[in-house]
Amino acid sequence: MIELIQQNPFIAAIGALLLLGVPFGALLGFAAVKFKTEGDPIADQIEALLPQTQCGQCSYPGCRPYAEAIANGEAINKCPPGGESTINALADLLDVEAVPLDAEHGEENVKTVAFIREAECIGCTKCIQACPVDAILGAAKQMHTVIKSECTGCDLCVEPCPVDCIDMLPIETTLQSWSWDLPKSSENIIATDRTNSKEVAA
Amino acid sequence: MRKIWDIHGGIHPAENKTQSNQEAITQAGIPAELIFPLSQHIGAPASPVVSVGQHILKGEKIAEAKGFVSVPVHASTSGEVIAIENHFIAHPSGMTAPCIIIRPDGKDQWIEHQGISDYTTIEKTELLNRIRDAGIAGMGGAGFPSAVKLNLRDDQIIETLIINGTECEPYITSDDRLMRERAEEIIEGVKILQHLISPVKETLIGIEDNKPEAIAAMKAAAAGTTIDVVVFPTKYPSGGEKQLIQILTGKEVPSGGLPAQVGIVCQNIGTTYAVYRAVQYGEPLISRITTVTGSACERQSNFEVLLGTPIHYLLNLCGYQAERCSRLVMGGPMMGFSLESADVPVVKTTNCVLAPTPNELPPPAPVQACIRCGMCAEACPVSLLPQQMYWFARAKEYDKLEGHNLMDCIECGACSYACPSNIPLVQYYRASKAEIRQQKLDAEKAEHSKARFEARQARIERQEAEKEAKRAARKAAAEAKAAAGSDNQESKQDAVQAAIERAKAKRAGGATATPQSKTDLEKAVTAAEKRLATAREKLQQAEEQGADTVPAFKTGVEKSENKLAKVKAALDDFIANNPQASTPAASTTNDPAQLAIERAQQKRAGAATQSPLEKVEQQITSLKTRIDKAQAKLAEARAENSDKLEIFETSVQKLQEKLAEAEQQKQQLQTESPTSNKIETNDPAKQAADDIIARALAKREAASKMTDLERLQNAVNSIETRIAKTKEKLTVAEQEGSDTIDILTESVKKLEVKLVEAKQALSDYEDQQG
Repeated sequence: MIELIQQNPFIAAIGALLLLGVPFGALLGFAAVKFKTEGDPIADQIEALLPQTQCGQCSYPGCRPYAEAIANGEAINKCPPGGESTINALADLLDVEAVPLDAEHGEENVKTVAFIREAECIGCTKCIQACPVDAILGAAKQMHTVIKSECTGCDLCVEPCPVDCIDMLPIETTLQSWSWDLPKSSENIIATDRTNSKEVAA
Repeated sequence: MRKIWDIHGGIHPAENKTQSNQEAITQAGIPAELIFPLSQHIGAPASPVVSVGQHILKGEKIAEAKGFVSVPVHASTSGEVIAIENHFIAHPSGMTAPCIIIRPDGKDQWIEHQGISDYTTIEKTELLNRIRDAGIAGMGGAGFPSAVKLNLRDDQIIETLIINGTECEPYITSDDRLMRERAEEIIEGVKILQHLISPVKETLIGIEDNKPEAIAAMKAAAAGTTIDVVVFPTKYPSGGEKQLIQILTGKEVPSGGLPAQVGIVCQNIGTTYAVYRAVQYGEPLISRITTVTGSACERQSNFEVLLGTPIHYLLNLCGYQAERCSRLVMGGPMMGFSLESADVPVVKTTNCVLAPTPNELPPPAPVQACIRCGMCAEACPVSLLPQQMYWFARAKEYDKLEGHNLMDCIECGACSYACPSNIPLVQYYRASKAEIRQQKLDAEKAEHSKARFEARQARIERQEAEKEAKRAARKAAAEAKAAAGSDNQESKQDAVQAAIERAKAKRAGGATATPQSKTDLEKAVTAAEKRLATAREKLQQAEEQGADTVPAFKTGVEKSENKLAKVKAALDDFIANNPQASTPAASTTNDPAQLAIERAQQKRAGAATQSPLEKVEQQITSLKTRIDKAQAKLAEARAENSDKLEIFETSVQKLQEKLAEAEQQKQQLQTESPTSNKIETNDPAKQAADDIIARALAKREAASKMTDLERLQNAVNSIETRIAKTKEKLTVAEQEGSDTIDILTESVKKLEVKLVEAKQALSDYEDQQG
């Protein structure tokens, strides 16, 4: 046996490699079946960063489809509700350049919440069908109202309303939600530019 | 001498305490109006328990705690609640918040209150409740409910109780004066806290060395107790809770943790004093010591201020010159915030009102570029890297900020103070902290929205699937039916055979489809007639009253008529198509069912030959016999003078009415017989229905012939008879002690009301006519 190997080193090498290759190949094949990843993990991570308003402003029917599209190479700047912070987070995750928001899909506005002028509501349930998060309460021929805490401000309910009784109201700042603003950058001003103190006080 | 530790960083700003700590604490007095914000503490706002116009006494609870982390609010003097509305409060946003506004009556009349003579004898939970009910929240600045802080879990063992008398902010001297003047009371308060949390190791009162008089007073008062007064060098911000703990014990509170985790509880001097008042005298927290200082005030001093006192009242006491003041600050110059108006009230956390001149507290100097000198990092008491965080905050790299432990920043402002480029560093951190919090909330909301969205998608899918399944089931059923139908056509073309099938089914216990649907149709006819009758009645009423609903009722009547016609047509169709009526009695098998069918058909045929006229005649005869019987009974009852006499009388009366009706019907039938007899009736139920129809038609005709007057009189009469009937029933019920008495009395009453109405209508009509 040893002699045979010594006499045919070339064939012996090929044989040895084959011998090694078969079990390793089987192992890999088994692992590929056994540890198969369900779904697209990248799309899941991207989806976790999207604001989940399900507004469709990105031209995809919801956040999940857009996340899948991004995973397949779609631009990351099509989400107005997420705005700059979402773009930055996506850029971080995907290791791409952060780009400004694509104005074609809307601008980053103040957060809003839908409000139904209840006196004008005719109870058609069209907005209820449009709401992606079931944030509108009502029944046929009954007045509808928005559950404020559940509304994502996607404004999908505004369009279907036949009597235009839905307003998108900006979320008001309360004492609880109030916060300090980031200081306005005013550096590089020389000291002699100092404004009159009385004016500042006023 | 105890060992004391040092904290990292810190600064030494000008103390400016001597202006205000020379004078003894004076009572500020009662202002013209007191404003009580519902939220003077950390946690859920209290909810008002008084109403506008209510007179309240000093110390009365005006708003109660909502939830665990919350404290009540008490009136600080007697007076009247004049409003519960939004008012400016002491908050950096300058926004308004719900407040209870009280106009004092000047009597300053206390509500009944009582202290605990010996607090060691009562339960600790009881004592904690008392502290909670007294509305005590941390008076050092944050306003955390004290009872929550003192409420320890059973497994928590506290080694050290620390009383914070540091007062490290410049200008503020309220705790200083309080310690100098009321040291004994504070020590008593500390003893109460000691009793509550039983520190196993020590009780310390930490005081900075710039308050020698306070230290002396406290040491004197604490002599002979287990309380240690610890003096340490002045440095800002030693008074921060975590910093003081580090200075006094060398322990560091873990990031994001509470002092209790390292076996320490910390309370402020003012809070301790308030606890003493609450336990010893039963007084809620209604006043506090507040420093009014700054060069824009002529007099700089400490006042014992009723909570709710507007700042402008305090400033006026001190000869405040608004034109000399650069900005009003609540709190100290380091951590305080500017007020937009002097109309805000003093609350539980207001330790100082600062009215500086522009020279004293100049407006922020122009910001220059960061030169990376690192002085901020040297000043930071929490050992953060302010300069790095500044860059991250500007670039809005929040995850990196969190990585640099931004959340541990105590916002003391030492970095801003130290910055040679005048960068308002702490503002960047405050804004970034808020932004991070907001992002977390948003992420939570996104998660929640996603769950709701997915739940909705799942629901829609499920509904679709259900619909699909139903449709498939219907389709299958329809196909099966079609197949069965074709089978029938092929093998059992004979309708008789189908009838046999039905009969078999009947024999098997199930009701056959045909008679069922027939009765259904008949029922529908009766119902439609009833509806028509009521619709007509309504129309008549409307016409009589000249109401504008007449057209509506007219259409209603028309509709009902249409329906009735339809239903009748359907019934006729059904009868015409009914195979049983026309099937010849030819039997093809010897099946007993077939025989039964034959018998039934024969019977039916017999019934069919009976004309309605004959039926009515039969009815009349039967009624007559019944009347005879009833009259016999009546006579008997009369003879016996029975109490059922009345009942018999009415039954006779009823029967006679019925008889009259039947006779009338008979007459009608005789006149109309050529037409009415044409209606083929082939089973008794149908006939009964037809009778009803005929009666109703007769009635209707009679009604239409009647004049309005007659109609109204009829209505009155019918109601009268109904009342009589119900009364009879009632008497029977009373005799039997039945439980339907109530219902009957009720219905009698209702009927009487109706009768009055009907009579009214009648007399009205008569008036109109004549």
